[in-house]
Amino acid sequence: MINLTIDRVPVSVEPGTTVLEAARQHGIRIPTLCYLKDINQIGACRMCLIEAKGYRGLQTACTLPCAEGMEVSTNTKDVRETRKLILELLLSDHNISCPTCVRQGNCELLRLSQEAGITDLPIKGELHQSAIDHSSPAISLDATKCVLCQRCVAVCREVQGVSAIGLVNRGFESRVAPFFQAQLNAAACANCGQCTLVCPTGALTERDDTAAVWEALHDPTKHVIVQTAPAIRVAVGETFGLPAGSISTGQMVTGLRRLGFDRVFDTTFTADLTIVEEASELEERLTHGGTLPLITSCSPGWVKYAEHFYPTMLPHLSTCKSPQQMFGALAKTYYAEKYGLDPKDIVSVSIMPCTAKKFEAGRPEMNASGYQDVDHVLTTREFGRMLRQAGVNLKKLPDSEFDSPLGLSTGAGVIFGTTGGVMEAALRTAAEWLTGNQLNGRVKFTEVRGEVRGIKEATVVVGGNVLRVAVANGLAAAARMLEKIQAGEVQYHFVEIMGCPGGCIGGGGQPIPPDGPEELDEVRQARIQSLYTIDEMSTIRRSHENPAVQALYREFLGEPLGEKSHHLLHTHYQVRHPAGVRTGR
Amino acid sequence: MSTCCCGMGVTTDDPRFAELDAFMASVREQPGSLISVLHKAQQLFGFLPEEVESRIAHTMSIPLTDVYGVVTFYNLFNTQPVGKYAISVCMGTACYVRGAGRILDRFAEELGVQAGQVTDDRLFSLEVCRCVGACSLAPVVVVDGEVRQLKEADVPAVVAELRQRSELEALSQPVSARS
Repeated sequence: MINLTIDRVPVSVEPGTTVLEAARQHGIRIPTLCYLKDINQIGACRMCLIEAKGYRGLQTACTLPCAEGMEVSTNTKDVRETRKLILELLLSDHNISCPTCVRQGNCELLRLSQEAGITDLPIKGELHQSAIDHSSPAISLDATKCVLCQRCVAVCREVQGVSAIGLVNRGFESRVAPFFQAQLNAAACANCGQCTLVCPTGALTERDDTAAVWEALHDPTKHVIVQTAPAIRVAVGETFGLPAGSISTGQMVTGLRRLGFDRVFDTTFTADLTIVEEASELEERLTHGGTLPLITSCSPGWVKYAEHFYPTMLPHLSTCKSPQQMFGALAKTYYAEKYGLDPKDIVSVSIMPCTAKKFEAGRPEMNASGYQDVDHVLTTREFGRMLRQAGVNLKKLPDSEFDSPLGLSTGAGVIFGTTGGVMEAALRTAAEWLTGNQLNGRVKFTEVRGEVRGIKEATVVVGGNVLRVAVANGLAAAARMLEKIQAGEVQYHFVEIMGCPGGCIGGGGQPIPPDGPEELDEVRQARIQSLYTIDEMSTIRRSHENPAVQALYREFLGEPLGEKSHHLLHTHYQVRHPAGVRTGR
Repeated sequence: MSTCCCGMGVTTDDPRFAELDAFMASVREQPGSLISVLHKAQQLFGFLPEEVESRIAHTMSIPLTDVYGVVTFYNLFNTQPVGKYAISVCMGTACYVRGAGRILDRFAEELGVQAGQVTDDRLFSLEVCRCVGACSLAPVVVVDGEVRQLKEADVPAVVAELRQRSELEALSQPVSARS
């Protein structure tokens, strides 16, 4: 252990610990704008300057390793004044537009400025002029609010292995952009939105679709329905200051009714349907020598990534549409028929933890109903903003239930929102189908649970069959797994890939922790735990036992993988350009 | 023939790619060899078109944004074609106070392009540079690689001289190479 003092407090840390981490471990907060533990420790923002006795000048705490006997001061006159000056310089080239900014005060630059006691802006300088890049259906980039911290670049490269954006040009001309100065929609971007979760300002944000949804809600000729993904119920509370992982399913449903939605449904219903179709597909591929491993296709970030980076793996992807798109196709067919509605009058909205879902809904092939199946996709953050715009206080609302029939779901559908959840839900159904005996069918498959940075593997024996399965979360982890599969180093029957760390609960459209990205790990754990809690409390925990799904097959679809299912619930993929550069780690 | 999207005449089956590929293979084991590969590519192609940057990224397994980031960081790398003759006016302090600005304006007028641009016939690129270490001769201009002490009035003659040089070179080539 290494012994040093920070602000005269003796501390003892593992060798290799930075001064910043040492301070955090002992309750001393050093401000940061660019720091992301392990992936962006570059001293770029200069906010973490500290004094260390014997060192020349101020040092950046995020890059300085602790040394024996070091005496660190984080709160001297020099440190405070220098940090304040740096903030004043950053603000001198910042498009200060807090009242109209989508971050609505949940902004690290704003918070640090307030903490530093900045009361005026003494430095006047040239301001960057740049139009907002609205080219992507998922993510918007406003370079005039960028502080060049490069967190987005680090996440895109290190966590996602995508490198859709990087730092280009030099000096005052430096900016975050895709290669060749292209706009975002021309990059090999998966639309995962992880960059929007770590941006300390309002430079990278979800594309805002709230105006279109308000317009539909205010149009008396439209029947506006909404579906909510499993991951929303354990996260939307955070937009009202509730602790991470708060379960607010009933209040969320009431809130959506207060906004004016005519019917409030649950994507979890079509998650159950996805399991029935996908388990049938797996059975089909296993018994008829189809392409294996079968890889899940629920995550639109992962799907677009595969289209750019692993086009030869596309035959492995399940042809099942994601639950969002299955819901969209059924809403304007089955639901419309059943309730005598003209599909042209239905506006179908989804609330998703995901920015990539916005792109998915706009794919030209997603019109099985003859219309765009899902009209508008809102992230959890946009949903939270709409509730506030409508004066709805989520915390004070009574609980209410989803509407039927597209609102009935099982515990298996709920855990779709976490890494390992789709796998576990599929195994619950497969175990029963393959053994033909409900009593033998396991419910808990803990070996595929948890946010593990690497790859989770399991060998599951069901009814005399040995199934080798694997789970990856985050695209860089997925790429490492795909390289092994392609090299023949591993053999699996069934693989779950989710594009975001932790799965959908860690999606790029989820609430941004007010204290910055350092909280993200803990926040994701809390949300995951809550999904398993909901599952534990559910009376039905296997997707195929969902009575509404059974009724859907009886009344409308016929059988899994049947003609109608094929038309409405399955899709195809395409090789997409530009080809992504596989960095092969 | 493979398609080209940059409109600058570089196709993916251009024979120069074979030489670039061979060079990349020779430095494959060396970490941090991106800059030397970019130098080689610029030497071969005269500048770094998108196809070339893309080829380097895929071959070396370096994200294209990183390749592009390095290319746009260093002034030395060109992403646009350069003229046959580069005219680089020194705007360092000594040259500037001795009238480099007026010389630059005069070149711009004679060639009909601004600094950083190339003439339509691709004969001249007009550039500015910072101090070439010949301050005692100020103001200086680097003309086709040669440092010259110039006055504003010399500009038309320099342009005429280079045009003539280009014509003579064309005449001295075998007939089959002319087009």
